[in-house]
Amino acid sequence: MRALIVDYEMGNLGSVKRSLEECGAEVIVSKDPKDLDSASHVVLPGVGAFHDGMANLKQYGWIPTLKKAAKDRIPILGICLGMQLLAEKGYEGGEMQGLGFIPGEVKRLTPKMPGERIPHVGWNEVHQTKTSPLFEGITSGTDFYFVHSYYFFPVNKNHAIATTPYCGNFTSAVATENIFGIQFHPEKSSKPGFQLLKNFLGF
Amino acid sequence: MLKTRVIPTLLWKNVGLVKGVGFNSWRRIGTVMPAIKVHNTREVDELILLDISATLAGRNPDFESIYEFSADCFIPLTVGGGVRTLEDIQNLLRAGADKVCINSAAYDQPDLIREGAKRFGSQCIVVSIDARKTENGFYECFSHSGTRNTGKEVGTWAKEVESLGAGEILITSIERDGTMQGYDLNLIRRVTENSAIPVISSGGAGNYEDMFQAIQAGKASAVAAASIFQFTQQTPLEAKQYLATKGIPVRNINAKNQNTSHIRQVPINQ
Repeated sequence: MRALIVDYEMGNLGSVKRSLEECGAEVIVSKDPKDLDSASHVVLPGVGAFHDGMANLKQYGWIPTLKKAAKDRIPILGICLGMQLLAEKGYEGGEMQGLGFIPGEVKRLTPKMPGERIPHVGWNEVHQTKTSPLFEGITSGTDFYFVHSYYFFPVNKNHAIATTPYCGNFTSAVATENIFGIQFHPEKSSKPGFQLLKNFLGF
Repeated sequence: MLKTRVIPTLLWKNVGLVKGVGFNSWRRIGTVMPAIKVHNTREVDELILLDISATLAGRNPDFESIYEFSADCFIPLTVGGGVRTLEDIQNLLRAGADKVCINSAAYDQPDLIREGAKRFGSQCIVVSIDARKTENGFYECFSHSGTRNTGKEVGTWAKEVESLGAGEILITSIERDGTMQGYDLNLIRRVTENSAIPVISSGGAGNYEDMFQAIQAGKASAVAAASIFQFTQQTPLEAKQYLATKGIPVRNINAKNQNTSHIRQVPINQ
């Protein structure tokens, strides 16, 4: 099990690396797409704006490599901004095309109830809407840690595997075959977070 | 439902953890690393670590120490103190901070908030505001660990930092800090009424009811506290159990292995 963390200069990769190591993976953090050849799993983390995220992936030459990995059935996990980049299009920081692995758009959360402040920061429930290997051993409704203002809006509801009750109900996890995306931070969600990462590494 | 967070604050000065009263008379109460480890094991909702001497001493954040502190911290960590440039923000995020607190530098260079939010996302830019009621009856904002009056009224400044792109506000009452007499609810309200981003209430928590008041009457999204978690038997877990009985949504109140004795470090005489 050798997990590659894509380093495209978007935020804190340290805690993602440490969490994966705790889960028993050998981890490489790399800016060089060539390193993907030796990896069994790919993690696309990231915090920051969609536009900058895609621009950086492009600059470091990750886009064709990630597309090939997706096609070759290598398990890919997008976390937070990394999940959003799996979509076809985003609007944060200006309209921008995404990786397009899962059809959908990334939109800004809009408060639906009094008291809903943006960004959505803190622990909230992840309700599983579909069975997924990612959630094995995790009770539906378990709290995970979120910190974001945008969310993934999938075209096909079948790609949503979990929702979270905030600003209406937004999609907090998506999946299709070997591609997974989660809006919350497993690396900051203590035990349930480790369980989820273990599930991913076991896929 | 989004849970209301109970956040221990660790004040870090030179080499140790400290506690003060009214931003003054600091006492050393222990070291940072063990405190972070305990909170991590107990799965607290989040941690705030503030280096209160960096700005006054005119030095940068201590990135190396932050890197060590965060290595085994699998809960959200907000770090502040001495943040003056975009590079500081980037280096703190790289060292393991999930969110970065900006206080003094925000007054002199508001662009730091704007550019920081643009580059790293609003969600990781927390603006920390220290305020006290002045003779003219307004809550005014103070920079440099409470030593300089900026002349900014707190509601106006809250609005301003939000429009600049701040993702969260940490509001601390200077007078109440360390007194355990309760949060300044009027101050908290002044900030929550003038912003639409999450607000963390800080300064003065003495018991769980104070926390309830900050949430209920002050409309805070989260409550931070330092003294009561270090000098009394009160714990973040019990705080949440209390809040739950009052109908506040909280997380993890039946967590195991949190019931062992809480971090209590014997104060070292100055």
